[in-house]
Amino acid sequence: MKRLTPYLLVLPGGLWLAIFMVVPMVFMASVSTQEGDVVNGFAQTFNVGVYGEVLGQYGTQFLRSASYGLAATAVSLLLAYPVAYWIAFRGGARKSTYLLLVLLPFFVSFVLRTVSWKFLLADDGLLLAPLKSAGLLPGDFHVLQTTAAVIGGLVYNYLPFMILPIYVALERVDPRTVEAARDLYASRRGAFTRIVLPLSLPGVFAGVLMTFVPMTADYVNAAILGGPENTMIGNIIQTEYLVNNDYPTAAALSFTLMAAMLVGIFAYARALGTENVLEAAAR
Amino acid sequence: MTETQEGAGAAADAPGAPPVPAIELDGVVKEYLAHGEVVQAVKGVTLTIAEGEFFSLLGPSGCGKTTTMRMVAGFEEPTRGTVRLHGRDVTDVPPDRRDVNMVFQSYALFPHMNVWENVAFGLKRRKVPSGEIARRVGEMLEIVALTGREKRRPREMSGGQQQRVALARALVNRPRALLLDEPLGALDLKLRQAMQIELKRIQREVGITFVYVTHDQSEALTMSDRIAVMNDGRIEQLAGPREIYERPATAFVAGFIGTSNLLRGTVDRVESGCAVLRVGAEGRVLAAEGAHRAGEAIAVTVRPEKITISTEEPAGGLSAVRGTVSEVVYLGLYNSYAVSLADGAEVTVFQQNALDSTSTAERGDAVWLSWQPQHSYAIGS
Ligand SMILES: Nc1ncnc2c1ncn2[C@@H]1O[C@H](COP(=O)(O)OP(=O)(O)OP(=O)(O)O)[C@@H](O)[C@H]1O
Ligand SMILES: [Mg+2]
Repeated sequence: MKRLTPYLLVLPGGLWLAIFMVVPMVFMASVSTQEGDVVNGFAQTFNVGVYGEVLGQYGTQFLRSASYGLAATAVSLLLAYPVAYWIAFRGGARKSTYLLLVLLPFFVSFVLRTVSWKFLLADDGLLLAPLKSAGLLPGDFHVLQTTAAVIGGLVYNYLPFMILPIYVALERVDPRTVEAARDLYASRRGAFTRIVLPLSLPGVFAGVLMTFVPMTADYVNAAILGGPENTMIGNIIQTEYLVNNDYPTAAALSFTLMAAMLVGIFAYARALGTENVLEAAAR
Repeated sequence: MTETQEGAGAAADAPGAPPVPAIELDGVVKEYLAHGEVVQAVKGVTLTIAEGEFFSLLGPSGCGKTTTMRMVAGFEEPTRGTVRLHGRDVTDVPPDRRDVNMVFQSYALFPHMNVWENVAFGLKRRKVPSGEIARRVGEMLEIVALTGREKRRPREMSGGQQQRVALARALVNRPRALLLDEPLGALDLKLRQAMQIELKRIQREVGITFVYVTHDQSEALTMSDRIAVMNDGRIEQLAGPREIYERPATAFVAGFIGTSNLLRGTVDRVESGCAVLRVGAEGRVLAAEGAHRAGEAIAVTVRPEKITISTEEPAGGLSAVRGTVSEVVYLGLYNSYAVSLADGAEVTVFQQNALDSTSTAERGDAVWLSWQPQHSYAIGS
């Protein structure tokens, strides 16, 4: 019984994962190789060729998604680290208040928040109209339907997912170790790069994963804030499923995206596994 | 870092000139702002610590020991006053440019580095050549008996081992003074005693100034050359262990160090430099210290182990008071008696358990307590 206990504890969560993750995946894999249409129904033909087709047809969107994801992750990291650092080391007694403020946007629906950005940033919206009438901006200046707007929206929507894990890692850094480093002749900067930064890397690692994955697969920001030039792979999948009702293509796209992402994540984890990074920092 | 700061003790003292003290604090005050209120953690500390001395800061929790230490290390800037290290005013010099190192109460080892990397940290920051680093780290690990554990991470080591890594990490830099903030606080009694001896040995071997913070009086008494007893942000007494124990300067020191009896009485007369106190109806206590006038009310201290308990009236020339035994506690090596005096004061007496002990008083017995005049001192209020 004692030896079985750990397995029994894993059971509920394990079943949950198996049912709601593995089953849809198997289902999706099977759909992707079917042929037919909504009216006449789909039949399984093991048509693997669809994968080649989607890659050829939507390669641009795949690459665009990856580069938007990377850019937005990089911007998030640059913005999130100082915020997390400040809350962890300078937050004092109000730490939890600041954390709540970071999470506050989540009390409003994701889509609603993005739509309100659309109102704010519209060509003759709250922000741009006054600036244009004051002559500070040219009349044809616009923010919406640009790459910057999509990346900005992604960063805005996922920033807390970067801040929180970094904060948790920084929070666990004993300030005495920083003092010890200073005592052992490290400059302020040296104490940061040799002690604080390496010890916060597990948080950075987690934050990057938690933002890069959903950002790359996102379609709401591109749909609301972007233009035809900013279509991401998520938008294509959405169109194929809900507009064209081409389920096999949509399933194949989803599967390809997931596979690419998994490969990327494994490569990332291998290259930058927290242990490796910490080893390097200790040198 | 310049090379001149390396190598302990080699201060360029001119022959004949008084040696430059390792550490000088001059009227140091530290105020914190907590919840909109000014809190004085240190209320004016002045002290001088000589080169090579084992100096202890002893006092109850919250008396300002850590704060004082942090101002010497450079983590806090004094609100007022100056800090000098080896004659140089360092009051606003950051910690990385002070030639002292600190051993933290919680060790504060770098969790992502192994033992070797922890110990080598300071030397690397000072750009010591790698060959020399390897040699010095190796030597240091040998001194603290951690050879062979170089690759361990701090969390893979016991409290005592971590403590030794912390010590090695500071000592390897050969600072001119080592600051230790309750370094043995987290250890159990046995390990603590072993490490006390170890620390003392290391200090003798490397010959550098140790400033040791503790709230454990026996630790301070056994290890220190001199002790500053602190209370509420101030130094109550600064002296050698013997003097602190035998001649506490204030009621606080008497009460804080060991067990002590405080007797109050009026000066009856002054006889050949000795104040004779009347304590109760039949008691007379002789106190050698200070100039006292007849009629003055003073307090004197006497340690429990200096008192002899007996049923017969002791000879003249001794201090003697009468009382009733209210409690006897057998403590193995000795008995502890609580004796109530007529005026209500309670005196603790330790009496060694000799086999042929004749002075075995029982509860309820009327007894005489006596001691040599040199064992009681009049103290400031
Ligand atoms: N950063 C701070 N802000 C406000 N008050 C502080 C601060 N640091 C210390 N104090 C106060 O100053 C006083 C002295 O603190 P300190 O840490 O020096 O005591 P200590 O003698 O080292 O005590 P312990 O034996 O418990 O370590 C305490 O009353 C403490 O509450
Ligand atoms: Mg302390």
